[in-house]
Amino acid sequence: MKGALPINRHVAQRVGFTAITLMAFATVLPIVAVVIYILIQGLPAISLEFLTGFPHDGMRAGGILPAIIGTIYLTVGTAIFSVPLGIAAAIYLSEYASDTPLTRTIRIAIINLAGIPSVVYGLFGLGLFVLFLNFGTSILAASLTLSIMTLPVIISTAEESLRSVPQAFRTVSISLGATRWQTIRRIVLKEALPGILTGVILGLERAAGETAPILFTGAAFFLPRLPHTPFDATMALPYHLFVISTQVPEMPIQIQYGTALVLLVFVLTMNLIATVIRSRARAKRQW
Amino acid sequence: MEKSLNWREFVITRLIKASGYSAILFVALIFFFLVREGIPTFKEVEASSLLNIRWYPIEGHFGILPLITGSLIVTIGAGLVAVPFGIGTAVYISEIAPRWMREILKPLVELLGGLPSVVLGFLGFLVLSPFLRVFLDLPTGLTALAGSLLLGGIAVPTVVSVAEDALDAVPRAYREGAWALGATRWQTIWRVTFPAARSGVLTAVMLGVGRAIGETMTVMMVTGNAPVLAVKLGSLFSPVRTMTATIAAEMGEVANGSTHYHVLFFIGMVLFLISLGVNIAASSVVFRAKKRAERILS
Amino acid sequence: MNRFIPLAITLLVLVFTVSCGPASSSAEAASDSSAAYIENKGSDTIVNLALAWAEKYQSDHPEIRISVTGGGSGTGIASLINGTVDLANASRKIKDEEIDEAKSNGIEAVEHIIARDAIAVIVSPENPVNELTLKQISDIYSGKISNWSEVGGEDRPIVRLSRETNSGTHVYFLETVLRLSSKEDKTLFSMDTLLLPSSEGIIAEVRQNPNAIGYDGLGYVPKDLKTIAIAEEEGGAYVLPSIPTVNDKSYPIARDLYMYTDGEPTGILKEYLDWILAPEAQQIVAELGFVPALLTPSPSP
Repeated sequence: MKGALPINRHVAQRVGFTAITLMAFATVLPIVAVVIYILIQGLPAISLEFLTGFPHDGMRAGGILPAIIGTIYLTVGTAIFSVPLGIAAAIYLSEYASDTPLTRTIRIAIINLAGIPSVVYGLFGLGLFVLFLNFGTSILAASLTLSIMTLPVIISTAEESLRSVPQAFRTVSISLGATRWQTIRRIVLKEALPGILTGVILGLERAAGETAPILFTGAAFFLPRLPHTPFDATMALPYHLFVISTQVPEMPIQIQYGTALVLLVFVLTMNLIATVIRSRARAKRQW
Repeated sequence: MEKSLNWREFVITRLIKASGYSAILFVALIFFFLVREGIPTFKEVEASSLLNIRWYPIEGHFGILPLITGSLIVTIGAGLVAVPFGIGTAVYISEIAPRWMREILKPLVELLGGLPSVVLGFLGFLVLSPFLRVFLDLPTGLTALAGSLLLGGIAVPTVVSVAEDALDAVPRAYREGAWALGATRWQTIWRVTFPAARSGVLTAVMLGVGRAIGETMTVMMVTGNAPVLAVKLGSLFSPVRTMTATIAAEMGEVANGSTHYHVLFFIGMVLFLISLGVNIAASSVVFRAKKRAERILS
Repeated sequence: MNRFIPLAITLLVLVFTVSCGPASSSAEAASDSSAAYIENKGSDTIVNLALAWAEKYQSDHPEIRISVTGGGSGTGIASLINGTVDLANASRKIKDEEIDEAKSNGIEAVEHIIARDAIAVIVSPENPVNELTLKQISDIYSGKISNWSEVGGEDRPIVRLSRETNSGTHVYFLETVLRLSSKEDKTLFSMDTLLLPSSEGIIAEVRQNPNAIGYDGLGYVPKDLKTIAIAEEEGGAYVLPSIPTVNDKSYPIARDLYMYTDGEPTGILKEYLDWILAPEAQQIVAELGFVPALLTPSPSP
């Protein structure tokens, strides 16, 4: 019987804990290794010219400015469409909706949006925005595609944030005569803002790093100038990394790692900001 | 003053309600487009020929079976990696690690979830596949295995965060009861806490698997993209071609409205339905578990 | 929280200023609203050549803007058919079905031969095999030969690498090597052929895998890889690909590279194409490892 010999149980625990601990570190170590490796390999390529210049010589020299700017444009574009819509939807689910079949359908829809493969979003974006609505391969089409992809992340984290605001806040506000919307806008939203912001940044971080949705909707191999209208196509960091690591012969390996590093830094900075916002909000929280 | 306030409130409330419904709208829209462009496949290609084992679209061979098996084997492999490591890490973070370690590990795991798939694919074919080829003495390192390892890594953060939430949600009373009865912490974890969180953990695994099956760039860069029928165990060590990589690699070249175009949308439809199925299964598990819990507590 | 909003706005304004202000490249300095734009898309074989041309041309003619994208010959032709591109790059001839489809869209595809290319068959420098006949290569890729020992090498499995099906190079290789230019032949690539999404994938794998065999345009093969000398027939001379052997037709697998336009080109497009066929641009062709079009009086289709 297992429990009969106390020594066996504790030995089992020792072994088990060690195994699990090792497992956890085995999961985390590769992450750290990847980041450090790219840092070491890519740092030599980083210079002011790399970050602010245009590519030359068939993109084998010079900088990656258009890709950096392109990614920024796409991220901003995604934010413009997905943030207001996502937060509004979250407000609906948290403050207005009751547990009806319709609400449950909405939730299932959100979970489904979250699970759709990124390349299927690309197909959808191609079919709807590029072809049907005739936006062409453009920042607009790519941003719209990315925003629908980002929507579920923003909605779920925002909703969770709103829900965590104690009901007492709302009841007090209503009892003082405020309307529902005033309560939401001035009290609930303000308290939930850090959590919402975290979700937004994490969602945008994912959008910034995605390649498949922009493959057929907005990404370009090489553009001689920066995009000037939302209807222009654009270069973008993830697509640029893909292209220079697979399409261009004699591409110096350093530039590849340098581009990977810039993308990584971009994404990780967003991650860092989100984490900092979240922990500071948690510390300041009054409930 | 009163009237304009009410009117504004009315409009805003309506907008918010509309936003709420938007999620359903988008899912329906996506499905509609996939179907609209995918269904014409059946007018142009024999339905049974889609189940052929050769995929060579430029000559009219549209057998999608190798693509399906390719996706499956990579996903199963990814699951074999993500499940033990994901659950193990979740157990560690939620039950075993000291508080300060939790604060370090949780953001680190989240970081993994943020790594762009193209970066992992890039490192995959530069570092991982050559390593696999030498280490396992394979003809080539561009295999389903390389894809599985990387996808497992991508799926792990999802599994960890959902499973950890589930384990966290188990009431402290359960654990304390077990300790009071003399169980070691280890025994408590596996005989009490874990079973109580079972449905949440299952959801975590399903969501992680869902993430793996949908990955595109990473698999396109490291699995070799050979449309082989992957049904033996050894197929894990050979190149395969996934549905997602096929769409990404071939979509650019198709002329609008051609048969190849429709077939690619059809594959997109299949992917959509698979992820729909996984998600419905995952939510029904949670739903049923909740009902069971309600019954127990009442 | 409110402190961050002005900071975020400032950052955004900075970003837009950087992008709209004078950038480091001199080509940017011209006023863009009056710039003429040429969209160039298609073959990944041609893309780097097209890029080199675009860069040179733009530095001489700052008022013209040329954007270059890859995606494969199929992609370029599809875009031409869809009317979304000015100049489609293709490393294979346009197919009859594609010509018909273009016509039904009101597009008339006109062909221009802009360079020539040899397909090099490459193996790892560690591989002892130096020469193969065309038939041997065909059998390797169709799956009939699976071990290097069958063609004079070591006892190693052959790992076949190929470009993706949307690549003109792939189609050309299929028709000319696998099917030995016979139209009735329906041989296909062996199912376990790795279809890599790009040239670099093939180069990288061949470089470090002694089991691998691959093929690609000569312009893509770096010096450290081993190129196989090919004999057209059993008993014939084994020839390595180079500009002379392509021009005198002794190297069996060489092809034309094309650019397609909608109708005969006019205006700036015509000027660009004329420049491409002139010696200065063709010099760039040679520099990149391709074969200049001008030196061979190849018959126009």
